Amino acid sequence: MEGGWDLGSKITKEEEQRKNREYQKMANKLKPRRPILRNFLVAFLVGGLICMFGQLVLNLFIGQGMSAEDASGPMLAIMIFLGAFLTGLGIYDDLGKFAGAGSAVPITGFANSMVSPSLEFKREGYILGLGARMFTVAGPVIAYGSIAAILIALLSLVFK
Amino acid sequence: MAENKAGKQTLVFKKKIVLMEAASIVGPKEGQGPLAQYFDLILADDLLGEKSWEKAEQRIMIDTIRLALGKANLTEDDIEYFLAGDLLNQIITASFSARELQIPFLGIYGACSTIIEGLALGASLIEAGFADRVLTASSSHNCTAERQYRAPTELGVQLTPTAQCTVTGAGVGILSSQGTGPAITHATIGKVIDMGIKDPSDMGTAMAPAAADTLNQHFQDTNRTPNYYDLILTGDLAQIGSDILRELMRKNGTLLGTNYNDSGIMVFDKKQGVNSGGSGCGCIASITCSYVYKKMLAGELKKVLLVGTGALLSTTTYQQKESIPGIAHAIALEYLG
Repeated sequence: MEGGWDLGSKITKEEEQRKNREYQKMANKLKPRRPILRNFLVAFLVGGLICMFGQLVLNLFIGQGMSAEDASGPMLAIMIFLGAFLTGLGIYDDLGKFAGAGSAVPITGFANSMVSPSLEFKREGYILGLGARMFTVAGPVIAYGSIAAILIALLSLVFK
Repeated sequence: MAENKAGKQTLVFKKKIVLMEAASIVGPKEGQGPLAQYFDLILADDLLGEKSWEKAEQRIMIDTIRLALGKANLTEDDIEYFLAGDLLNQIITASFSARELQIPFLGIYGACSTIIEGLALGASLIEAGFADRVLTASSSHNCTAERQYRAPTELGVQLTPTAQCTVTGAGVGILSSQGTGPAITHATIGKVIDMGIKDPSDMGTAMAPAAADTLNQHFQDTNRTPNYYDLILTGDLAQIGSDILRELMRKNGTLLGTNYNDSGIMVFDKKQGVNSGGSGCGCIASITCSYVYKKMLAGELKKVLLVGTGALLSTTTYQQKESIPGIAHAIALEYLG
């Protein structure tokens, strides 16, 4: 007897787990499937369009005589600004509902993930609200992204 | 043996305890839904000019209470107890509303089943002779719920088909030992049931077994069948949860017919992009206190079984990978004219 006590429970842990599995199997049959194909297609199209716009901006800067490397900085700043601005206008969340990863993965989505908690938690003050919580969504990306970058850098040192 | 009890879990009210008045206020999105004509007030703006979503939700609850009192020609002084709850941590909407109203207050929590819990407890206070008039309220706000349970409101996230949309709205009912109106005749208090569902965006599936358990118990305790009622209304299992409930009941030998519906399905139109349907304390609360109440007064519904369902999770429990416990309470409203 697990734990040593018999409180007269009618069903064992295994029986409970079997019942839960049976229920979940039954419930899953009644649930609509996630429209994965639609989601892929929309993400591809919207993500592609956002990147195409970024490329357009990049080319504009290059056309002004900048090198591709120099132009990427201002292009990113513009894309980040646009993501932040559309978040402030209350448009980016609707785009996200529609496009999923298509609008979350480009850098405009990163701006949305920083600006939306900043807007949301500003009401709890600039220190404990905005300052502390603006990283609630993007924090893990920054933390694990930095770790991944260090690991890759180490690997490239070893195998160069 | 408790003389006001039937079977295992059902309270039987022998006094005539009437829902003497009810009122509801909802947000703009709910106002675009199919039940718009039944709500007392539809807000044009869900922030109501307040500084925060939380303050806006409190405003909605307080205004709905004042509206119900006004419709009943009563003031705060005429109410002996105020029972209320909501979804926010430490049920702040209810207790901050109570701060303003100055009516003796008992805070209650049953997630989205809260209004049904309030009506059952309020009726019990009156039945026992502790009170003649009890006010019960419950509310939710889409944006307060989003920021507490899920993500910042402006974050662009794609939802799954099982997700539900939290209703912005409040429902208020005034129970009285005198007067006319639909009477609360029975209440079946539910058990907490957990079938191991862990996905917080699939609460219909998490709550359906609790609804089935309470419904079965209610029919067993009262010797009634689903056909006894003109309407059996769960809330809020939404589309997927109520499909599962039908299947669970069918397996148990009880068929739910066309007299069964769910407030999460009724509150929005499918075209409003709400996935499985509506949710939140304000969902069954606003529908009970508008559509159901008005239909009963008009004589179009005579016997109604309301089954409030709640998902008893918190952000801490699901982040710690705990499964989602569900609860359901039922009350029978009967108005034979």
